[in-house]
Amino acid sequence: MSFDFEVKVFEVEPWLIDKRGRKKAISGTFDKLKFVGQFGENAMSDMQDQADFIEVERYELYESAGYHFQFNRRQFMRTFGAGIVLILPLRRLLAQQGQGARQGESGRGGGGERLPQDVGAWIHLDEDGRLNVFTGKVEIGQNIRTSLAQAIAEELHVPLSMIRMTMADTDLTPFDMGTFGSLTTPAMAPQLRRAAAAARELLIDLAAQQLNVEPGSVRIVDARFVNHDKSKTLSFADVAKGKKLVKMIPEKIATTPAKDWTIAGTSVAKVDGRDFVTGKHQYTTDLKLPGMLTGKVVRPSAFDARLVSADTKAAEAMPGVTVVHDGDFIGVAAPDQQTAASAVKAIAVDWKAPGQPSNADLFDLLRKPVEGGGPGEGRGCGGGSRPVGSITDGLAAADQKLEQSYTVAYIAHAPLEPRAAVAQWKDDKLTVWTGTQRPFGVRNELAEAFHLKEEQVRVIVPDTGSGYGGKHTGECAVEAARLAKAAGKPVKLVWTREEEFTWGYHRPAGVIDIKSGVKKDGTITAWEFHNYNSGASGIQHKYNIPNQSIPFHSSKSPLRQGSYRGLAATANHFARESHIDELAHAVEMDPLEFRLLNLKDERMRGVLDAAAKAFGWDKTPALDHGFGISCGFEKNSYVATCVEVAADWLFPKGSEKESGKEAAKIAAKQNKAAADTSKGASASAAGSKDTATFAVKDDLRIKIIRVVQAFDCGAVVNPLHLKNQIEGAITQALGGAMFEAIQFANGQILNPKFSLYRVPRFSDTPPIEVVLVERKDILSAGAGETPIVGLAPAVANAIFNAAHVRLRSLPLISR
Amino acid sequence: MSKITALNVNGKKLKLDVDSTTSLLAVLRNELDLTGSKYGCGEGECGACTVLIDGLPTKSCIMPVGRIATRQITTIEGLEKDGRLHPVQEAFLKADAMQCAYCTSGMIMASVGLLAKNPKPNRDEIVKGMNGNVCRCGTYQRIITAIESVGKA
Repeated sequence: MSFDFEVKVFEVEPWLIDKRGRKKAISGTFDKLKFVGQFGENAMSDMQDQADFIEVERYELYESAGYHFQFNRRQFMRTFGAGIVLILPLRRLLAQQGQGARQGESGRGGGGERLPQDVGAWIHLDEDGRLNVFTGKVEIGQNIRTSLAQAIAEELHVPLSMIRMTMADTDLTPFDMGTFGSLTTPAMAPQLRRAAAAARELLIDLAAQQLNVEPGSVRIVDARFVNHDKSKTLSFADVAKGKKLVKMIPEKIATTPAKDWTIAGTSVAKVDGRDFVTGKHQYTTDLKLPGMLTGKVVRPSAFDARLVSADTKAAEAMPGVTVVHDGDFIGVAAPDQQTAASAVKAIAVDWKAPGQPSNADLFDLLRKPVEGGGPGEGRGCGGGSRPVGSITDGLAAADQKLEQSYTVAYIAHAPLEPRAAVAQWKDDKLTVWTGTQRPFGVRNELAEAFHLKEEQVRVIVPDTGSGYGGKHTGECAVEAARLAKAAGKPVKLVWTREEEFTWGYHRPAGVIDIKSGVKKDGTITAWEFHNYNSGASGIQHKYNIPNQSIPFHSSKSPLRQGSYRGLAATANHFARESHIDELAHAVEMDPLEFRLLNLKDERMRGVLDAAAKAFGWDKTPALDHGFGISCGFEKNSYVATCVEVAADWLFPKGSEKESGKEAAKIAAKQNKAAADTSKGASASAAGSKDTATFAVKDDLRIKIIRVVQAFDCGAVVNPLHLKNQIEGAITQALGGAMFEAIQFANGQILNPKFSLYRVPRFSDTPPIEVVLVERKDILSAGAGETPIVGLAPAVANAIFNAAHVRLRSLPLISR
Repeated sequence: MSKITALNVNGKKLKLDVDSTTSLLAVLRNELDLTGSKYGCGEGECGACTVLIDGLPTKSCIMPVGRIATRQITTIEGLEKDGRLHPVQEAFLKADAMQCAYCTSGMIMASVGLLAKNPKPNRDEIVKGMNGNVCRCGTYQRIITAIESVGKA
């Protein structure tokens, strides 16, 4: 595998995240506060009138990548102490990330025009023989602390226990754009592998010198350097002792191909699992600094609200309480939680908020064209594509035409650890511990908000209580820092669940309109696909269709929206795979057969075959059951999902609804089932009796009996953790598919707590079978996101199969 | 407002001075530095704060400390004995029953409580017993496996 490729400036259209209620609401020294990335001057002025928009998939990479670590040998030694430091040049690393973004991820644009020139990763061998690897990536439950260490141990030929990962500390780790887009495995892991392989070669050279033997005769065995007959050996500490070396890693270095992996590719347990099962691990919310105060913010009455008046006197009079009133920002720092709560209660505030839309207006609003065309209109980098062929011709050639609309709701990430930050000022230096997926981006936000140089800000990310794309921004960090600055003491601010639901951002809602044509033989002739607002990730597909038009349209979102696990790929797959199912039924073909007929892509066919086989697609479901299938591709991973559901009609036998066409269909199915049963085929119905039922219509309840998902992400780094990710993604997908939806009206979130916003629980989760389709010959792709896209359409298709009811809105549950 | 001056936590009587209405979770985390129990929702809906009170799984975020001042409280920090993990902790590690692990303390405490009452729960009983605990990463299937494995042992 060659890493040589041209670094191109990507087609970039800058985007702004919605700052509704924030930019206007905050003034004074706080008016520079930004909740998303910084933009160049030109981009800012170009985009002024589009400031109300967010382009959800693209903004992450716009975080200024202009960080130039002014490293030199002395500085490294001061930071890391003696030993040997190996530095990996950065250019390729970011180029690789950009390439990953461009090729692997259809929704995010590249930020390639601002590639930092310096350092991508470094490894430090300290005098005690410990190998410390530094990366800006963040551990949020995806287990990259383990998988990256596996890759490094593999190349260094040392046991995993020798590797210590330092992650996401802006003073210690190299710049990183952020942990998103499933890029850690395809982009960071190969770089760390190269660094580790080069480190091995260099350390072997040094050991050979020390042993006074030829480098070619030295190997690493059981964590020691040994010569040809093991008569001379050295430990890693022996090699590092007294050294003060800083070496650049050479450009050309071979790494171990997946087929020869011995540590990577195995099911290594979570490296620090013990700290988590004992409660010892300290998340941001658990940190405590000497003299630390508790922060609390007075929240506006609604989005876009302006502060009319505030009386803070009573709060200010409370012992130990500091009140900050800066523009529209009001918050307190107090000695403890109770005092902070009392102080906030004692502040009398009067907000004025404009009238705002509600759920009822949502889809009409999203369909409304944005004046002058919004960001990403038509197509953009990774957005919709240029039309192929002619839709008119394609429809003319069709025997059947179909036109349908699909919608998805806003949903919340609801990470179990809410946003939290601990901020500490020392002299001119600000240090903030916070759970974010973009430590360097949050550092920029802090520097901007407080008029500091980047070097004056340090952001440290403890392994975090998940994110799912929901923790890209630094709101909480900025707020904590503002309070700490005023109080002159460290401040911890932990958002409440309600704040997390209300003042974070949401997965975009969206409308998708599809027009298609199909021939009697099952060939799809036309595919016109319009996505409004939800985004362009996964908008491209693998079906072979001669006439296509797939534009993305941006809308004026009534809610603050942003990244989410899989981004818009869930919405696009739901619409597409539901529609494909509708086409299959239109020409009376089996949905799997219909897909295979229109797919040439070998890996897509591979996962479909694998899922169908493990599921028993060729069997016939029980009378009141249905089978559904879907397939998808995103970020260089392939997924196919099969679902079995049970349908329970609430109307009595022989009633009106059971008559006519439906009865005929049920009878036809009954006959087929009887025929299949005589051949000995019968699908298993493994569901638990406590498994939840979902009311998808007033008179129809659905139970998900089982899920089988096949997944192909190339070479598998850790089968155990990969399966865990896939199961988790399916479970999370179930929430958005069945019942999750943000309710809002007039600038308020109406269901901002778990008692009002349902998330998947034990009883919602059906048995899940994961089939890994491993391709050792293909570079590993990330796997945190793509497994989420298949469930919703497979369930909707299974419901149709069971009950002849076509549901086209997520969540599927009726309201 | 009455005060609470001592609590029985993990087999020790600990001195403190808090209002009786303060939530047990706040006392554990802020006064006793036992941060293994987590805040997730503050309304007893997610179970990240689950501890055992006289052996019964309890949502500590909605439990006023005044109500349980004389009871025996066990937190995640109290499970490990002489450097040896509790079988449920071992089982969670073995089943890889976590991702971000923010829910894990609460899940383990709820599991310990469930197994104390019903040493060999079947899948339905586990689902019923654990349904008050949320794992947003979706590791339920693995947690069920972990609990079943302890039940079988």
